[in-house]
Amino acid sequence: MSAPNSSYDPVEVTPLRSDEIERMRDEALAAIAAAVTLDDLAKVRIDHVGDRSPIALANREIGALQPQARKEAGQRVGQARGAINQALAAKTAEVEAAEEEKALVTEAVDVTLPWDVMPTGARHPVTTLSEHIADIFVAMGWEIAEGPEVEAEWLNFDALNLGPDHPARTMQDTFWVTPERAAMVLRTHTSPVQARTMLTRTPPIYIACPGRVFRTDELDATHSPVFHQVEGLAIDEGLSMAHLKGTLDHFAKAIYGDGMTTRFRPSYFPFTEPSAEMDLLCYVCHNEPDAVADCRTCRGEGWVEWGGCGVVNPRVLIACGIDPDRYSGFAFGIGIDRTITSRYDIADLRDLFDGDIRFTEPFGVEL
Amino acid sequence: MRVPVSWLRQYVDLPEGLSTVDLAARLTAFDLKLEEIATSGISGPLTVGRVLALVKEEQKNGKTINWCRVDVGADHNDPSVPDAPGEDVPSRGIICGAHNFVEGDLVVVSLPGTVLPSLAKFIPGGVISARKTYGHVSDGMICSTSELGLPGDASGIVVLDADSAEPGDDAIALLGLGEEVLDLEVNPDRAYALSMRGVARDAAIVFGVQFNDPADIVVETSGDAYPVRVDDTAACPVFTMREVTGFDPTRPTPAWMANRLELAGMRSISLAVDVSNYVMLELGQPNHAYDRAKLRGDIVVRRAHEGESITTLDDVVRSLDASDLLIADDGGPIGIAGVMGAAHVEIDATTTDIVIEAAYFDPPTIFRSARRHRLTSEAGKRNERGIDTTLQGCAATRVATLLAELGGGTVSPGLTSVGQATPPAQIVAAADLPARITGVEIDADTAVAALEANGCEVAIDGDELIVTPPPWRPDLTDPYDIVEEVLRVVGYDQVPSIVPTAAAGRGLTASQKLRRRAGLVLAGAGLIEVKTFPFAGPADWDRLGLDADDVRRRQVLLENPLSAEEPGMTTTLLTGLLRSLVLNVGRGHSAVHITETGRVFLPQDGAAEAPIYGVDRRPSAEELAAFEASLPHQPHHVGLVMSGERIRSGWAGPGREVSWADAIAIVRQLAEAMFVEVEVRQAQVAPWHPGRCAEIVLNETVIGHAGELHPRVLKAYGLAPRVVAAEVDLDARIAASPEVGPRPHFSTFPVAKEDLALVVDTAVVAGEVESALAGASPLIESVRLFDVYVGGQVPEGKKSLAFALRLRAPDRTLTEDDIRAAREAAVAAASTATGATLRT
Repeated sequence: MSAPNSSYDPVEVTPLRSDEIERMRDEALAAIAAAVTLDDLAKVRIDHVGDRSPIALANREIGALQPQARKEAGQRVGQARGAINQALAAKTAEVEAAEEEKALVTEAVDVTLPWDVMPTGARHPVTTLSEHIADIFVAMGWEIAEGPEVEAEWLNFDALNLGPDHPARTMQDTFWVTPERAAMVLRTHTSPVQARTMLTRTPPIYIACPGRVFRTDELDATHSPVFHQVEGLAIDEGLSMAHLKGTLDHFAKAIYGDGMTTRFRPSYFPFTEPSAEMDLLCYVCHNEPDAVADCRTCRGEGWVEWGGCGVVNPRVLIACGIDPDRYSGFAFGIGIDRTITSRYDIADLRDLFDGDIRFTEPFGVEL
Repeated sequence: MRVPVSWLRQYVDLPEGLSTVDLAARLTAFDLKLEEIATSGISGPLTVGRVLALVKEEQKNGKTINWCRVDVGADHNDPSVPDAPGEDVPSRGIICGAHNFVEGDLVVVSLPGTVLPSLAKFIPGGVISARKTYGHVSDGMICSTSELGLPGDASGIVVLDADSAEPGDDAIALLGLGEEVLDLEVNPDRAYALSMRGVARDAAIVFGVQFNDPADIVVETSGDAYPVRVDDTAACPVFTMREVTGFDPTRPTPAWMANRLELAGMRSISLAVDVSNYVMLELGQPNHAYDRAKLRGDIVVRRAHEGESITTLDDVVRSLDASDLLIADDGGPIGIAGVMGAAHVEIDATTTDIVIEAAYFDPPTIFRSARRHRLTSEAGKRNERGIDTTLQGCAATRVATLLAELGGGTVSPGLTSVGQATPPAQIVAAADLPARITGVEIDADTAVAALEANGCEVAIDGDELIVTPPPWRPDLTDPYDIVEEVLRVVGYDQVPSIVPTAAAGRGLTASQKLRRRAGLVLAGAGLIEVKTFPFAGPADWDRLGLDADDVRRRQVLLENPLSAEEPGMTTTLLTGLLRSLVLNVGRGHSAVHITETGRVFLPQDGAAEAPIYGVDRRPSAEELAAFEASLPHQPHHVGLVMSGERIRSGWAGPGREVSWADAIAIVRQLAEAMFVEVEVRQAQVAPWHPGRCAEIVLNETVIGHAGELHPRVLKAYGLAPRVVAAEVDLDARIAASPEVGPRPHFSTFPVAKEDLALVVDTAVVAGEVESALAGASPLIESVRLFDVYVGGQVPEGKKSLAFALRLRAPDRTLTEDDIRAAREAAVAAASTATGATLRT
């Protein structure tokens, strides 16, 4: 602002005449209206609002007026500048929006173009199903136990009531480590993990043991020398077959959904007595009267074989140093590979193990 | 065990109208699991016919066919066929190509609609229909033995005995073709069920009906039969013999017996052999028939002598082990006890006098012999599992009686019987044990009734049951065995369902959680997990280019590997991964990025044999430690193999092939995810490219390698160049992984960025320069290599490495002096460590 003018000139200052101010304002507004681009608006700003603009220059002359005329002139200039600034801001917003619109149109792409430049990983269903099963048991308060795959003969057989002459040893065709007197085998089941746990911990014991096991079956569509199973073991005071049934029913529900159940059929395993085969209610037809006859999964049985189980034979408890008069327990085992082939309708077991990436890929990282 | 239902019904009064399916279901629930119900599969109008007229017609192809009129009974005859011979008599016209029959013979006719499974390969469903052939309509088919699935000469048609049937009779019933056979899976503890007698007894318990014991026969004897000495009474507690004289070796096996044997899955061979097998199936007692004329002196039951051998019935010469139990005479061994007899004392077509042996042998002795000689026999299968210990005299008598009845001989009055089996031991069980163990409310009375039904004698003494098992149940020895017997009578379906309350668990172990994390990191890095077999061998080591003394050639070998190529366990995951890569490339996949996590098997130096302990107590801590000392080291490894494009080329631009650096990057990523710091050093290790191999070092221990594979290795696998791979010990990383990860402590003061270009010899690796820089000053927050330059701007034999440093202090804004000092310290450290100079 200019310093107060003591010796003012009474003559009227031309640029501050109201018609002059109106003219400047109208010219500015016309220029704003004519502007098309942000560049145009930048020029308008310099020409009509900037320090060298007519209205800015006019404003400087206010000091030359006599005091009583200053207020009126100031108001006149201020109103004109306000109108110009308002129009400029509105126009700027308008042009910006239009330019953004234009830019967005030119930046449009074909979103259907493939973006597959990075390979997608996946985890094997044997891994993810094992983890899923582990989670089910961990949620029940159980723990997950593991052990070596080349195992001592005593832990794989003797400790589990499979003595050297037990006929059941011929049921499990075993890979023996060289030399035979080394007394080591490729474990034929994950049961030695149960023995190891009983040998090193005191009850209560609630464990699930997923893992890789070996039998000398030639590889074909339904057999594999290398396969996977999960076994469970519970040792506590007062456990009975009813608790085994409860555990299996819960397990079946957790994997296959509500309404699932299991049934027992008598069977024989050296490490359990009484022993049972467990059947799972057919997860496809649920043994519903109108569906079971045509069911391909259970072949009209209403039930599918799931695994073996039973009450832990007291001889096993004794060999593992657990007092059979105080504790009892149960054990069960199911095949992981078979669960996968049946659930996903995979006709050939070899698909799980030959390593073709197309087998694993669709399974993603979680089941 | 194959059980013809009609044979079973002979010994048990099964309910009328009980279907075979229901019978099988109830037996399955009683621990005799049904495998399948076998039938001949023949159904429909299979009918007896009489050939009324037969006209031989020569055909253009030189064959002669018979144009027959066959009377198939009033219900089936069709008088409307006009052109056949003898058309005036109600009958059917049938063409037949066989010639072993004449007018008037009784034959078996499959009329249209009959199903013969044996023909299913030739006509749809094996369904017979009327068809036009050789200029006539053949209104059915005259059947041969093979078409009906019957034993005997397959070349001609079946001609029935005259007057054995009438035209129109149902031939399915007549020939026993409608017989259903239960194929039962018998568990090893239920050896008694390897007999009709045993299955019938269980069926009688199941249905609560009368059991008619086939062993319930009168055994009349006077004096001894053939002389016997048992040297090893522990291995042979009971040995009996009977004799038959005047046997007619030409007598055939009667059809009913041959038929039952066939249905039970045994071939009919000769009357003497068939009777022996029949009684074994009937009673479960293996027995053996010797030609008396071929025996030399007394029979002795003894262990084999050093160097003895025997030619068994299967014509195999077997050298005997001193622990084999033998049946011998003055001429040497005449049988491996309980397993198989010798060929030279076998019954043959001239045998008239027969000596029959029935014995009870110690099951483990039989099991060991059978396993040693890899001999499986029906006799051995029963003897090694444990037979009725009291049935020997009865069975020998039954064999002798049948031989005499059917073969026209005489049973000699004598019975040699040496020894007696120890009676089964009593079992004492708490009366509430069945209820406690099964969770089913079973009172003492129910338990007693169930056990008595199974043949046990039971006394109640206070709170205890005193159980004496029957002699055919050697498997009942423990209180829990009693529980199972009771439960199978009460019903396994009675067990209630109660979820147990487990003790509070501690969740997954750190190792389990870290392995999951590693799996997710690998999948996140674009790798696909595979599962391969851990078998490998010298051919693999050769392909991998391992040196002769490479420790990875030392493997855990197997006695019985599936393939001679892969005689043992692998020492590296690369064997399986490369096999899988080859398969994938062969199947047309160009970009293959695969990984496997699994154990490898590394023998321990000088490891002892694994111990075998008793099972009457827990081995001590020292004894348990002996297992770990002998077992191979079996760490979890992570392996990966990548080939083809790592970044795919496409519309967005060119891609990129996998690089040695990708393998190392993923190994670093894994380490970071587990909060362990690994160092990457230049190395030269097979099967990697000698100039593109890194060793991964954790706490000064090499835990794995990564980089590009050696071109020679790829050539050996038939793979194109540029495959990268890594393998690291996952357990070592897990062990080093801290319980708590790095804490997010950071300074909020401003950062100062400094770039340094350093000139070093080309042989100097960047990692070394980088670690020198990183440790030069506490103010250096991070060091990142951003450029490598070799060329005209630097001297020959040198390269320029450009690093971006970020400097920051925890407590203040850095001054110009701070920054200069840190920068100078960095250059000095690099210079000292690697001879680096600042590029000018």
